[in-house]
Amino acid sequence: MRQRWPFLLLIGLLVAAGISTALYRHNSYGIPFLPSSEQTVWQVEARIQFNARGRESHVYLALPPLQSGFSIVDSNYASSGFGFDIDRSRKQERAHWTKRNATGPQTLFVKVELLASEFEHREEPPPAELPAPAWQEPYRTAAQQLLDSVMPISADARSLAQQLVGAMNTQPRDQSVSMLLDTRSPAKLLTDLLLSARVPARTVSALQLEDGRRRQALADLVQVWQNDRWHLVDPQQGIVNDTKRMVLWVTQAPALLEVVGGDASRVAFSMISSVRPSLNVATERFGDFDISLYSLPIAEQGMFKLIMLLPVGALVVVFMRIIIGLKTSGTFMPVLIALAFLQTDLVPGLLSFIIVVAIGLMIRSYLSDLNLLLVARIAALVMIVIGIITLFSVVSSRMGLIGGLTISFFPMIILAWTIERLSITWEEEGPQEVLKQGGGSLFVAVIAYLMMSLSLIEHLAFNFPELHLVVLALVLLLGRYTGYRLLELRRFAAFKAREEA
Amino acid sequence: MKNWFKDWVSPSYLRRHGVLGMNYRNTGFIARYNDRSRFPLVDNKLLTKQVVERSQIAAPKLIDVVESQHDIEEITETLKDLQQFVIKPAHGSGGKGILVITAREGDEFVKASGAHITLDELKRHLSNTLSGLHSLGGRPDHAFVETLVQVGDLFADYSHEGVPDIRIIVFQGYPVMGMLRLATRASDGKANLHQGAVGVGLDLATGRAISAVQHDEPLTHHPDTGSELARIRIGNWKQLLTLAARCFEVTKLGYLGCDIVIDRDRGPLILELNARPGLSVQIANGAGLIPRLHAIEALGDVPVDVADRVEYSMTHFGSRSAAAQETLWEEETIQ
Repeated sequence: MRQRWPFLLLIGLLVAAGISTALYRHNSYGIPFLPSSEQTVWQVEARIQFNARGRESHVYLALPPLQSGFSIVDSNYASSGFGFDIDRSRKQERAHWTKRNATGPQTLFVKVELLASEFEHREEPPPAELPAPAWQEPYRTAAQQLLDSVMPISADARSLAQQLVGAMNTQPRDQSVSMLLDTRSPAKLLTDLLLSARVPARTVSALQLEDGRRRQALADLVQVWQNDRWHLVDPQQGIVNDTKRMVLWVTQAPALLEVVGGDASRVAFSMISSVRPSLNVATERFGDFDISLYSLPIAEQGMFKLIMLLPVGALVVVFMRIIIGLKTSGTFMPVLIALAFLQTDLVPGLLSFIIVVAIGLMIRSYLSDLNLLLVARIAALVMIVIGIITLFSVVSSRMGLIGGLTISFFPMIILAWTIERLSITWEEEGPQEVLKQGGGSLFVAVIAYLMMSLSLIEHLAFNFPELHLVVLALVLLLGRYTGYRLLELRRFAAFKAREEA
Repeated sequence: MKNWFKDWVSPSYLRRHGVLGMNYRNTGFIARYNDRSRFPLVDNKLLTKQVVERSQIAAPKLIDVVESQHDIEEITETLKDLQQFVIKPAHGSGGKGILVITAREGDEFVKASGAHITLDELKRHLSNTLSGLHSLGGRPDHAFVETLVQVGDLFADYSHEGVPDIRIIVFQGYPVMGMLRLATRASDGKANLHQGAVGVGLDLATGRAISAVQHDEPLTHHPDTGSELARIRIGNWKQLLTLAARCFEVTKLGYLGCDIVIDRDRGPLILELNARPGLSVQIANGAGLIPRLHAIEALGDVPVDVADRVEYSMTHFGSRSAAAQETLWEEETIQ
């Protein structure tokens, strides 16, 4: 065939452009290819309990800061009887509950939803002036000795921290380490040692995520600053490499929990993991940056959800015509009918379509006796269709059938034209041909409906509009198909029958 | 299950027999050889008629044209003295709006069915036609009056009402396949195959019947008259093929279906032309079109004289089986 190469090149370009754009958007924006694709969301609940002393109470709980690896999707503060606000006066945000006259045991809840994500947070560097830990003798000498022993075998902040953890945890325990640990917790000791060596370090509290765990406490850990980011160090285990399940909770606040006007306060954490559709997550986080249909107002989005399905329906029609060889009444009428089915559901849609068209054909046969001109005939048919639909809706809603209400989704003009065309076919070629064409149209419409209602296709069509380039390429390819249609294999069977006779 | 498969053939079988499918017809022949701008010439029967007449190709004679309501008054003068005539819409489809007047009885006109109509009814028919009642899509249309084709007794045994016509597929001016279409009771007097008319494949060399089908099923006798179809032989065959072949020069349409009727007095006449002829002719002939179409494509674009083209088709596309039976049917020739 002439110009075969430019044509194939065009097809190749369309397919490549469609698929590569889709891949790019999938990779960089995390838009999932499957509608069922899901991501893990951790629901963490902090339960605060304290004994109120009958005076004004202030309760502060540090809230998890912005951090790499997690994003906070939602937070919820259950606090009946308490006033609540977010305290932003310190470097780290805190939940703040207040009550004037509280007595007895009190319970407060914080629920935070954390999404495990690829999110990279640019971390805040340590202050230029590092706090200098105050050592008293004999601890100053002990600390100095410890530092002197590991300094030569370390190279940078991370390795120094690692070596210090090693020195602190050797068994039997070094005497000076034991002495130092009497005055400080392991995390605090490690931080102070690092600060004394002029290495930026801080004590943090983190929560270890484990599905279904209850009454957990935060773990005290240390962070050292190197290469523009904080590295987590466990004072018992050394550098923590896998931070996927470690949520930093307290980094800069003075304490996790602060209760004024109460005692015996404590906080415990419980957590469960759940899965959520990635699509929600992607649109929540990147909706503003991505050029997608989500930037349209909601009402228009709904419309585009349907419009984006049209090419799929058109592909079905092209396939049915060129490959199968089905006769339909009106080339793309089946797509519009299928679109209406999407809103009415299949069975009520089919039933109401057949009823309206059947009644319409009866009335139309009377119209043809009147010898009307075409435009007037169609206009009359449109009104008749509206009449039938109105009657149908009123009667069926009186009888308690909801299906009738949705019939108004059918495009009136299309219905009128369908009736007109089938009626002409009836007059010219007989009722058999009407059944053949009407049945063919409905069959194609049902197939198109089934395709368009597949959740995968609906998802891809709306979220990856660029894939329509691939659909276009397919339609172009089908347009060049010169082989036999499936039904021709039956039509021309007379050839063989004769040969055998 | 086995029976079900009997009704189907494999694509490779059809390919072996060179059967032309709808898709290949559309892209390989209609889109390629029929220039869009030439379509109105065949879609508008009045235009076809005028062009054909200008080229002195035999066709029913154009008597008058009705283009506006005003013309209707004038036409009564023309029709006053006519005994027989046919009124057709220029854009009619499926035989709609065709009014055949076979005789006069006083002031009234007698239709083919025997019913009488008055002059006023005839005018109303013309008026309706002009406003688009009979044209597809309801466009305003023109009407024309032409002479009635005189069907000889030749086909009396082979047709239930209606005028039998001969469809010749002409490719690049070469006749490539032909069939005779006979109206039946099932087709309601119409000669459309998918409405139940009988299609009789014709041997291009002789004009003899090869085989016949109705509803895509082979048959040997006419379903209404019971006459044996194999006896059919069209007379003036070469003249008829020449007539069809000349339509190529007139229309410049490479892939063309010519509908020809045989008039008792005037011989073969062009009735209609079709830029999208159907594929059933292959079933009627029991032969595929592709080998013949490709043979002509292989000849190249050299202009060839009409007579030579017809000669080529008659020698190359004749059916051997028909030649073998020639002696058997000699005396049954229909002239």
